[in-house]
Amino acid sequence: MKAHLLFPDRDFDWSSDPPTHSETLQHDLELPILIRSMSGGDQFVQDMSSRVLLCSVTEPEAIRHRQQVLDDFLRHPEVLTDLYGTVTAALSDGRSLWGYSWSYRSPSPVLSGARQYLEMYLTHLRGLRTLADRYTRVVRSAGLTALFAEVQDQLDDDYFASVEGHLRRLRFDGGILISARLGKDNSGVEYVLRAPEREKPRLKERLGLAPRTAFSFTLPPRDHAGAQALDDLRNRGLNQVANAVAQSADHIKDYFDSLRRELAFYVGCTRLARRLEELGVPTCFPEIDPVGSRTLACTELRDPCLALQSLGPVVGNDLDAEGKPVVVITGANSGGKSTFLRSMGVMQLMAQAGMFVTARRCRVSLCTAVLTHFPREEDQTMTRGRLEEELARVAEMAPLIRMPSLILFNESFHSTNEREGSEIARQIVRALVDTRNRVAFVTHQYDFANSMVRTLNGQVLSLRSELGPDGVPNFRLTPDDPLPTAYGTVLYRKIFPEAEP
Amino acid sequence: MARAAQPRESIDTDTGRPVGRELDGARTVSLLYPPCCAVGLRHPLAEPEHFRDLNLHQLIRDLDLEEGDSEIRSVFYGTVAEVGVIRYRQSVFRDLEVPALLAGLRTFKHRLDTIRLNLDRQDRRLSQRQREGLLLDAALTYCRAVDDLRDVLHSEDVKSPALTELRYAVEVYRLSEGFRRLQDDARRVHHALAEIAYCVRVGDGGVEVSRYQGQPDYAQEIEETFCRFRQGDARDYSIEYRTPPALGHVGDRILEFVARLFPGPFSSLTEFARCHGDFFADQIRQVAWELGFYLSYLEYVNPIREAGLALCYPDVVKDSRESAIEDSFDLVLARKLCAEGATVVTNSVHLEGRERILVVSGPNQGGKTTFARAFGQLHHLGQLGCPVPGSSAKIGLFDQIFTHFQREEDLTDLVGKLEDDLVRARDILAAATEASVVILNETFASTTLDDARLLGGRLMKALLHRGVRAVYVTFVDELASLSPEVVSMVSTVEPDDPAKRTFRILRQPADGLAYALAIAEKYGVTYERLRKILER
Repeated sequence: MKAHLLFPDRDFDWSSDPPTHSETLQHDLELPILIRSMSGGDQFVQDMSSRVLLCSVTEPEAIRHRQQVLDDFLRHPEVLTDLYGTVTAALSDGRSLWGYSWSYRSPSPVLSGARQYLEMYLTHLRGLRTLADRYTRVVRSAGLTALFAEVQDQLDDDYFASVEGHLRRLRFDGGILISARLGKDNSGVEYVLRAPEREKPRLKERLGLAPRTAFSFTLPPRDHAGAQALDDLRNRGLNQVANAVAQSADHIKDYFDSLRRELAFYVGCTRLARRLEELGVPTCFPEIDPVGSRTLACTELRDPCLALQSLGPVVGNDLDAEGKPVVVITGANSGGKSTFLRSMGVMQLMAQAGMFVTARRCRVSLCTAVLTHFPREEDQTMTRGRLEEELARVAEMAPLIRMPSLILFNESFHSTNEREGSEIARQIVRALVDTRNRVAFVTHQYDFANSMVRTLNGQVLSLRSELGPDGVPNFRLTPDDPLPTAYGTVLYRKIFPEAEP
Repeated sequence: MARAAQPRESIDTDTGRPVGRELDGARTVSLLYPPCCAVGLRHPLAEPEHFRDLNLHQLIRDLDLEEGDSEIRSVFYGTVAEVGVIRYRQSVFRDLEVPALLAGLRTFKHRLDTIRLNLDRQDRRLSQRQREGLLLDAALTYCRAVDDLRDVLHSEDVKSPALTELRYAVEVYRLSEGFRRLQDDARRVHHALAEIAYCVRVGDGGVEVSRYQGQPDYAQEIEETFCRFRQGDARDYSIEYRTPPALGHVGDRILEFVARLFPGPFSSLTEFARCHGDFFADQIRQVAWELGFYLSYLEYVNPIREAGLALCYPDVVKDSRESAIEDSFDLVLARKLCAEGATVVTNSVHLEGRERILVVSGPNQGGKTTFARAFGQLHHLGQLGCPVPGSSAKIGLFDQIFTHFQREEDLTDLVGKLEDDLVRARDILAAATEASVVILNETFASTTLDDARLLGGRLMKALLHRGVRAVYVTFVDELASLSPEVVSMVSTVEPDDPAKRTFRILRQPADGLAYALAIAEKYGVTYERLRKILER
């Protein structure tokens, strides 16, 4: 039995590490704000949500699978609440029982501990079955329909009856029957616990007319060594059965665990959806195009992190980069360039996690990785200069890039003069584009931005931020060629109004 | 000073047993010595002094030897000064390059070691029936080992005189009456016992023993009931019982009941133990012991070979002072580097005609000491008959190896240190002959440059006069051009990045020049190079 709420055909791999670049990505895109908002203070939901968010999916079917499940939960929040509640209760009840999983040196406590778990899980499995019966007609998504169908099929009444029978027999009230063979030194080996049935000796044998098929002895009451030996023997006999019972309890726990993890992601998503709705940020499920199709079109794209942080409406910008692998963003300082760059990255991640995105409409093709190259604090060891550090990060990033990736550069290579910085940027961006990656680049270097627009004809979307007529930023980006002058002087005058021009 | 050739303390090669004892008509074959010199050869008991300097003590320490085989170490301590013995062993090593032969002999040795350990370490509390069972098991393993040894040696790949002789000896033994009877009896009794299956019912304070009658496995039923919840691999909760159950008198009584339920097999076991108490043949015992030399060395060099480094059989020439060694390396260091996945740099050495001394200079940490060690290791191991690091090697037979390395102790006492250096050098000069190999590492490094130049020059002249082959690692460039018999070799650095050592030691003049700096495209993120990375 499988949860399969994140992938139609497989489990999410929680054990693997998140992509190498994740830490940088979280920092640069300010993802902790988003993830905290999903968690609502619940550490578990936070961990699971961030894992799913960072492990981008590249199969359109899997993304649609998640979108449908999430859509069910958004329409019927009670289904999610009940499911998550049952699963969480089963797991938290386990914590109040004596564990069987620490290292006992004898199988008996493992057996009795694990049997109690099975009894407890049985109650919650019945609860799960009840939920499946109740909601199976409510849900529409393939994921939840399959989950409920499986529960109804696998956990039918006969099954519950047979489990109860085993739980009774596992008390071994009438002693245990162990088979054995002769080991190298003729002592018993291959102890196997046999199903507990008892046969009476044949009549002939009881009358002493046939060869004996059984010999027995009883220990004298004070034979402590003998009693200990019997205990040892009993334990060896129970070893495999204790193992089987403990593993069974584990299997059920793992099943609940896996349900809980996957549901936690949806708990995070629904929580985020409510929050964004309160803030008046429009969301939609993006249309997904397969890897490599170079679609990118959004209406009113917003940075959810900024919205969650500023607790108010933020400006949305349209983006139409169909068939254009390079987006160059230039213009006024504090004009919302970095925010826009982030919103592109966050949108891509949310879309590829199967979530809604913060735009009114969105259509996007999938990429294999999202990478960021944002300015860093000055290298503290001072062993290498700023430019060297920037180049080293590109070199570190290069092996992580799998065509087609989305790489976001924020004011990269500004630590040297414009001639050099532009040349470096040009070479890097051209190498990336020529290997079919997508690049978005925020820059002040006119030489670079302009040459991109001129040389990569038709492959570049150039966006420019402008200040309003009063010199106040309005955070709007418009498709326009880069301008040779930055807005530094404007800003300078604003901040130092008394200074000479 | 270290000397190796004529040890004073020694032990017999075959652990005290008389050599050449007849075994059902066949002569006892040794894998270490050809028949002509099988008697009277001795191995030093203690580690020779040059072992530590050459890091060979680490090699000995890391050999995977069974407890009873520790005496094999003494074989490694010795220096074989006979080309015939070297070739005899090399041919065995060559045979062992055939994977099937190696695997077969390894299995054989492992089995015999296991039998020996099991029989030696029997618990005194075991009952008679248990002892009998263990003896039977040992005999079965022994017979299988001998049978398999015969099959292994029957291969056409056996070319060495040692293994060819052994093949004959084993064949004769296998056909002997004693072995045949041992094998037949063991198999028969074992089959009867293996059939037995019984049941024990354990209740409160009592036990009932009966024949097993096909009752189903209950753990399996449980597994089948709950496997539908399985998400992945399950943790193993079963307790790992390392020792068999200590059932004491309860166990004895159960076993007695089992013996009563199945009287036939148990009486034949008792009869077997009476007839076959001691079944080991001397030849088999000796082969197992001597194989330890070959197998432990091959085990040691295996990761190095797997990392793609070449080992070769040196051509050891009597009365020659020339060396031609290609692509050699420090075996002990290579093993460490291979384990870490690091690259091993190889170097070549040539001493031709009148050339006698290699003077190695150049930047520090450049692999000079390693180079010197490799030279010494190659000579010692090569003369043991072992395959040595390198793609090919030709060396002259030597009588002794002397090493002169910096001593760690008394670092502060410079005068004492110089004195100690000189005393050790004098001892070497006194003992070395024309056929000796001398390795000097940073000798006189603790004194001033002038002193080092003067003393080093004198020492070198004395060594040249004696005619020894030597490696002299020094920071004194001038020593490299002392005479035509001296060859200068230099540790080198990366031309682009002088901070990087190549660990390559090249035959070139010691010029002492500063190494030119050149800054490359350090991060490899130009269009061309980045594109290459992205397209991979």
